[in-house]
Amino acid sequence: MSKAVVKKTLISLAVASAAAVAQADVVIGVAGPHTGAYAAFGEQLWRGAEKAAMDINAKGGINGEMIKLVKADDACEPKQAVSIANRLVDSDEAVAVVGHFCSSSSIPASSIYEEAGVLMVTPASTNPTLTDRGLPNVFRVCGRDDQQGDVAASYIVGDLGAKKVAIIHDKDTYGKGLADAMKATMNAYGLEEVLYEGLTRGEKDFNALVTKIRSVDADVVYFGGLHSEAGPLVRQMREQGLTAKFISGDGIVSDEFVSVAGSPEYVDGVLMTFGADPTSYPAGKEVVEQFRSEGIEPEGYVMYSYTAMQVVASALEANDLDPVKASDWLHGNKVDTVMGTKQFDDKGDLMVSDYVMYEWDANGKYSMMDN
Amino acid sequence: MDIVLQQLVNGLTLGSVYGLIAIGYTMVYGIIGMINFAHGDVYMVSSYLTAIAIALLTFFGMESFPIIIFGTLIFTIVVTGAYGWVIERVAYRPLRNSSRLSVLISAIGMSLILQNYVQISQGARQQGVPTLLTGAIRFDVGDGFVQITYMKLFILFAAFLGMGVLTYVIQKTKLGRMCRATQQDRKMASILGINTDRIISSVFVIGAAMAALAGVLITLDYGAFDFYVGFIIGIKAFTAAVLGGIGSLPGAMLGGVILGLSEALFAGLISSDYKDVFSFSLLVIILIFRPSGLLGKPEVEKV
Repeated sequence: MSKAVVKKTLISLAVASAAAVAQADVVIGVAGPHTGAYAAFGEQLWRGAEKAAMDINAKGGINGEMIKLVKADDACEPKQAVSIANRLVDSDEAVAVVGHFCSSSSIPASSIYEEAGVLMVTPASTNPTLTDRGLPNVFRVCGRDDQQGDVAASYIVGDLGAKKVAIIHDKDTYGKGLADAMKATMNAYGLEEVLYEGLTRGEKDFNALVTKIRSVDADVVYFGGLHSEAGPLVRQMREQGLTAKFISGDGIVSDEFVSVAGSPEYVDGVLMTFGADPTSYPAGKEVVEQFRSEGIEPEGYVMYSYTAMQVVASALEANDLDPVKASDWLHGNKVDTVMGTKQFDDKGDLMVSDYVMYEWDANGKYSMMDN
Repeated sequence: MDIVLQQLVNGLTLGSVYGLIAIGYTMVYGIIGMINFAHGDVYMVSSYLTAIAIALLTFFGMESFPIIIFGTLIFTIVVTGAYGWVIERVAYRPLRNSSRLSVLISAIGMSLILQNYVQISQGARQQGVPTLLTGAIRFDVGDGFVQITYMKLFILFAAFLGMGVLTYVIQKTKLGRMCRATQQDRKMASILGINTDRIISSVFVIGAAMAALAGVLITLDYGAFDFYVGFIIGIKAFTAAVLGGIGSLPGAMLGGVILGLSEALFAGLISSDYKDVFSFSLLVIILIFRPSGLLGKPEVEKV
């Protein structure tokens, strides 16, 4: 036997044994920003998914197969999202993915999952483009930015009766998409914004922009973006004596918003849109209590991630672990989750979305506003 | 009117900090002709040291602002200076006589090492420090007002004091004279009995100390940082150094202030979307007409 043949045999043996190991488990990727400035959200995703997988495994797994989670870090960068999506598909042989977080990562990654026939359920990406492209394998258990923008716009125009609205975004898919969605609805109500500007993600100095907002005398500042820029922005507004109402979307739903802003006094009175309290569903009461008894507050996207994992598991279970059939199945069937019964439309969006306004208080906590 | 004045204040504080960091780039370039790409990350390390110093001082019961700020400054400057010294020793000195390209690659490697080291040891999350100095002064100008926080005033004061002290050291002291001699002709300086290796080390320490001063000021002002903050501000400070004429100390300070002012005024009066485009276009235009920057001297080919 020549050396080359020995080598080939060894390789095929190694491949065979790797495949055997992979077949024993159901590999599911949890993709999101596990490092970087948005790592707090990656942590929320991981906590929810990990708990859900543990609970499902404790009840015997999916058709007797144990779920094995693989952490995939996209750092909220589109390029890295594509390369880790390839890794999940090729070397980890994942059948489904819970994630990603940032819309700008989810959109390019979803094409790779589609090609590979991998089911993708995102707990957090709200940009409309993600599902509007009509990929059969893409689902989300959160709302869409156009729905979110509607809620924010009708609150700003109706409840606040604002006259001068400044719209700021972070030039990213999610942030700009949300800001544009809000702007469209607000304009439809007949109110034109007084300022529409972008800021640079990763910077901390927005003083020049704040002064500009002051110069147009805005009474409401709407921000499309994430907490790492929202924190410094709202702080610098207050430091320059600007008292305008600060309103943002579900990109700031993290305790870190307070620490990034410097102290709770700066976030006092900040408003945001987010799905109706994810911990309030009767079906999820037990899970919420278990989280709290482990010392983890199921804030932000933790419950969404748990829900996404349940959706994945139910779909795989009903279709003999075939992700392509599971995708078809999800378009026509309801799934019971810790956030109530979820049903998807043809695009993979939820049939019912439930955005409401939340308000941050002087203690640095957020709560649903009474409407 | 009030808006323009406020933008000038914004730009000046930002620019003075850019200037402080630019000093590190320009001094290192002046003395060994390399661009220290790890300098932005040295600044980032100093942000973390600031938070550590504040935590330590409050732990030992020191609450008053002057004590905390001076304790933090001394701690951060000393430790960051040590980082600068170690970086030079580990990553650059062994390559002293190799091509410029290898030092450059070594610098980029150092930058990655620092980022990942901080990310692993301190976590990837955003970090915050409590607000130490609150309050602001407010001037009424016409119909409007200009509001400057005490922290911003402190930044301006500390940054210009730092630059003043450094200028004095370089111009008037023995160490400064040796630095200048080494910059002009390293071989001749060493023949005349100057330990040029030690001078190069001290230049790295001085550069890191200035970055540390900037790190303390910025961290206290914005209150938030992560392991990646060094990147953008490093690029900006490098731009400032090139704008002012890399290798020139007053050039770095001037370049910083011009960059800060142009960013603030452009963002404030025209569009914040394109402020970086404007800054870099400004750089291109200045380099077209003055290839060695505003205050830089054209490089004379040594025979």
